Amino acid sequence: MNLLLEISNGDLAVTATLTGIGLVFAALLIAKLISPKSYSVKKGETYECGIPTRGESMIQFKSGYYIFAILFLLFDVETVFLYPWATIMRSLGPSGLLCVAIFMFILILGLAYAWRKGALKWQ
Amino acid sequence: MFDFGIVTNWINDLLVGCMPVWAATLIECVIIGVLILLAYTVLALFYILYERKLCAWFQCRLGPMRVGPWGLLQVFADMFKILIKELISLKGTDKFLFKLAPYIIITSSVVMLACLPWGRGLQIIDYNIGIFFILAVSSVGVLGILLAGWSSNNKYTLIGAMRSGAQMISYELSLGLALMSIVVLAGTMNINELVAQQERCWFIFQGWLPAVVAFVIYVIAATAETNRGPFDLPEAEHELTAGYHTEYSGIHFGFFYLAEYLNLFIVSGIASLMFLGGWMPFHIAGLDCFNMVMNWIPGPIWFLAKAFFISYVIIWFKWTFPRVRIDQMLALEWKYMMPFALVNLIVMAVFVAFGWTF
Repeated sequence: MNLLLEISNGDLAVTATLTGIGLVFAALLIAKLISPKSYSVKKGETYECGIPTRGESMIQFKSGYYIFAILFLLFDVETVFLYPWATIMRSLGPSGLLCVAIFMFILILGLAYAWRKGALKWQ
Repeated sequence: MFDFGIVTNWINDLLVGCMPVWAATLIECVIIGVLILLAYTVLALFYILYERKLCAWFQCRLGPMRVGPWGLLQVFADMFKILIKELISLKGTDKFLFKLAPYIIITSSVVMLACLPWGRGLQIIDYNIGIFFILAVSSVGVLGILLAGWSSNNKYTLIGAMRSGAQMISYELSLGLALMSIVVLAGTMNINELVAQQERCWFIFQGWLPAVVAFVIYVIAATAETNRGPFDLPEAEHELTAGYHTEYSGIHFGFFYLAEYLNLFIVSGIASLMFLGGWMPFHIAGLDCFNMVMNWIPGPIWFLAKAFFISYVIIWFKWTFPRVRIDQMLALEWKYMMPFALVNLIVMAVFVAFGWTF
């Protein structure tokens, strides 16, 4: 039930993507044409919080987020695995349900292990 | 229900009748692009006014009242003002990534918007893995935020972007699992079929308790996904100035603003389609007269009304709850919502396997 039956979904996705790019491009073009332009050294500096910046910002910085990123990777792949199962769950019946329950049990065990190890604690 | 496919087929036949197929396809693609742009802009303008008015009412104010009747023209004035502001180019930024970030954020929200059906046959992209495609595209938006934070050469934007990244990827899990329990109930990922199955009764009622739990999890996760409400840590102004878009000026900043509001509409739209029946009217079995009256209201109005209602709830969150701390936020996701969503998924699967659904 497409909006227009002749066009494939891929083409439509490309159209939507190009529309998004076109929107940004056109708005930037209009803004460039009608907005004022001026230059001064002070204006070109990073605003940050109002006072002069110190040091470099694009540095390697220790973030407490990378453990969450690794855990996310694990569970996101799990989600990708589970979606096909969710779609045909009815036809698989109880045996499929049992298999997925075991799969999920192992995953929850993994989450429990990470929790126990303190990976979910903010440092 | 009126099928918009009739209209589009008529246009298609008309175009194919008077020109070669490739030209007709090209013109149709252009029409689609213009329609998406129109919907995108109108929705963004509407949402800005909606949020400003609601926020004012929650605080016992009137909100914008001066420009135009009842402040209706305020958003146009805002958009024009933001267009005529100077685009400041900063030194020390990574120029390419700095300019790439708005493209990624806007494009991902435009593609998601194109996936939502507004009525029968009123949809642009219709994959058979529809909901999965939307989730995949929504993850691309995170990249734009991370790039914006990194390329700005500013410590606060970097911290804001990292927070936003951690928050969005974390809450994406429970969002995906909550939607998956509805996929289990429906047995399809195609959004049109999902909506079609809700003609008799919406999924939130069909699935009993697990569907309601999934809905609550979805709304909380969606609030975090859009960086709003009590979860707006990436732009916590008292500690990070304005978060990942501090260094953007003029319309560059406007793009982040637009995408934020459109994402709010998109998550509400998905909730409306997956839980509240999308463009299906509200039906009560047995009350034929009531059902007839409900059928009189067109589909797109049902869809939009439900989406606006969910947006209202999410905006309500923002003006009610105090902002959470980063560790509280991650703990909420990983220690409560994710395990809950997993268990809920199993419960839903058991309900469906034994036929306990309504």
